[in-house]
Amino acid sequence: MSENKVLLKVDNLVKHFPIMAGVFQRQVGVVHAVDGISFEVRSGETFGLVGESGCGKSTAGRTILQLYRPTSGHVFFGDADLVKLKGEELRRMRQRMQMIFQDPYASLNPRMTIREIVGEPLVVHDIAKSKQIDERVDQLMDLVRLNPGFASRYPHEFSGGQRQRIGIARALALNPEFIVCDEPISALDVSIQAQVINLLEDLQHKLGLTYLFIAHDLSMVRHISDRVAVMYLGILAELASREELYEHPLHPYTQALLSAVPVPDPFVEEKRKRIILEGDVPSPVNPPSGCRFRTRCPLAEKICAEQTPAWREITPDHWAACHMV
Amino acid sequence: MSSSDGRQTILKVEDLVTRFNTPEGIVYAVNGVSFELAESETLGVVGESGCGKSVTMLSVLQLIPRPPGRIVNGKAWFHEQDLLHLAPEEIRAVRGAQIGMIFQDPMTSLNPVLTIGKQVSEPLMLHLGMTKKDAEERVVELLRLVGIPEADKRLAQYPHQFSGGMRQRVMIAMALACNPQILIADEPTTALDVTIQAQIIELVKKLRDEIGMAVIWITHDLGVVAGMAQRVIVMYAGYIIEEAYVKELYSNPTHPYTHGLLNSLPRLDVSKERRLTDIPGLPPLLLEQPIGCPFKPRCPYGFDKCEANPPLVEIAVNHKVACWWDVKEGGLRNV
Repeated sequence: MSENKVLLKVDNLVKHFPIMAGVFQRQVGVVHAVDGISFEVRSGETFGLVGESGCGKSTAGRTILQLYRPTSGHVFFGDADLVKLKGEELRRMRQRMQMIFQDPYASLNPRMTIREIVGEPLVVHDIAKSKQIDERVDQLMDLVRLNPGFASRYPHEFSGGQRQRIGIARALALNPEFIVCDEPISALDVSIQAQVINLLEDLQHKLGLTYLFIAHDLSMVRHISDRVAVMYLGILAELASREELYEHPLHPYTQALLSAVPVPDPFVEEKRKRIILEGDVPSPVNPPSGCRFRTRCPLAEKICAEQTPAWREITPDHWAACHMV
Repeated sequence: MSSSDGRQTILKVEDLVTRFNTPEGIVYAVNGVSFELAESETLGVVGESGCGKSVTMLSVLQLIPRPPGRIVNGKAWFHEQDLLHLAPEEIRAVRGAQIGMIFQDPMTSLNPVLTIGKQVSEPLMLHLGMTKKDAEERVVELLRLVGIPEADKRLAQYPHQFSGGMRQRVMIAMALACNPQILIADEPTTALDVTIQAQIIELVKKLRDEIGMAVIWITHDLGVVAGMAQRVIVMYAGYIIEEAYVKELYSNPTHPYTHGLLNSLPRLDVSKERRLTDIPGLPPLLLEQPIGCPFKPRCPYGFDKCEANPPLVEIAVNHKVACWWDVKEGGLRNV
């Protein structure tokens, strides 16, 4: 995969949300949701972005697509810097990048039929007229293995897994190159998760899609991703190819995170050593000085509080931000 | 089964049937479930949403809302009394005292307008008759036991001042307040991040071994069960479809559903390029009592015999399965 060209380049991306309070809604603080992340996504790959709740992974996905405008930084998609695009230019660019959302119950309008939902991008972008839209919707429903005969039904008539397929069909309507999948399976039952993951893999193969796969399920990320980045409190802790990251994690956070994931095999579980992290993730309103992981890190030393560790390429294609590596 | 290693059976559920009257019709949530729990044993109960795993345990404690819920049949023996037929005040004396519970969502299981100190001391005063002062001292001890830093200072705080993991620790402290013989944990780590989940699991394992209580751990996560249960029950559509010791179950899954479920999971420790095996279709909605094997519509082996519901039978020592087809032998099972 490494010989593929870069499709998306995220350069020092920052997204801060102001905290307002009082009668005059004065700004009293800042949530450092994403605080300077850089990585590249290569054409045709699945790039996994993992982290625990509140680490900023979903904000990162949305900021990359310009659903949130970044505080600073750049997002290069092809030749264009999305951060600099506005209005019609950005709108046109949006056809090439789409999103699949976590909650298949909240992301579909309950008052629209499936045909309207899946066809809406075509209407919004003024791409097709009514008859063509119908044909395209049928085609899309086939593609996600839903019966096109159901297109006149409403979302509540479908199960969670089927709704997620509808969300995928909508995302595919404009023939995008790049899709941000934001926790697409975490609301689904175990036996249904595999159905959706297999579908995403088949579609990638068939349509040459590039995925940014945001998830907290590290086992699934290992299964689906080519390369994986680990996020902690708004920054990247580590980035490497799947095999490298899971077999030779360098950052103490990655090591602890991987050791915490249970494996469905009692023989393996019996022998596993867990690194139990102390405490909780600190608040992104007031992140720790220096290394953000130092408050929970078993290896932390004085330097970790004083200096922010640089984001360095430790071995080829294996990046980490840690003083102790 | 539970007596095979010499341990006493502490809870014995027989042929439990629970239904709900809903506007859409009767929901057949639990359809004849029998199992035993041995002293100081950890029993994992696994299954997907709607399989009846929570309703089974809530029924045993008379915690399902009635109406719309209805326990149609069954017995639940605990110290020679049938929990299902205890009067309200009698079951209240068992719940929270001899049997402790923790639930999935630690935010909604705690009262937002009462301080943590007050909530944790409640069972102590209620069940053990402690005075307020004694109870408060014991609460500090309990909060320390479950790893809450500066426990004495946090007594006066409210649930919203605690993080998700800390709230679950408070729940555990409450459940353990009266030294229960059984702890029923209903998806207690599902809402938590993995590093916090690891903390909570470690804590429950440690307390379990120290106190010697039995644990029923309800979850959809086959990984969590693999690491902490000794015996596992797999549920589907309100039935137990397989039951075995944990190593036997994972190395020799025999029901096509258990088999399918284990194969549909990606693994953290393997990146062999393989397609996940998905289980086609959906679990049944249970608006009708399943006729025949409930897994038949999704089963790769379904044949005409499956029109009749297979009983849960012992196919090897301590390994029970409810399936007509012997996948290994490729033939009909001798039932």
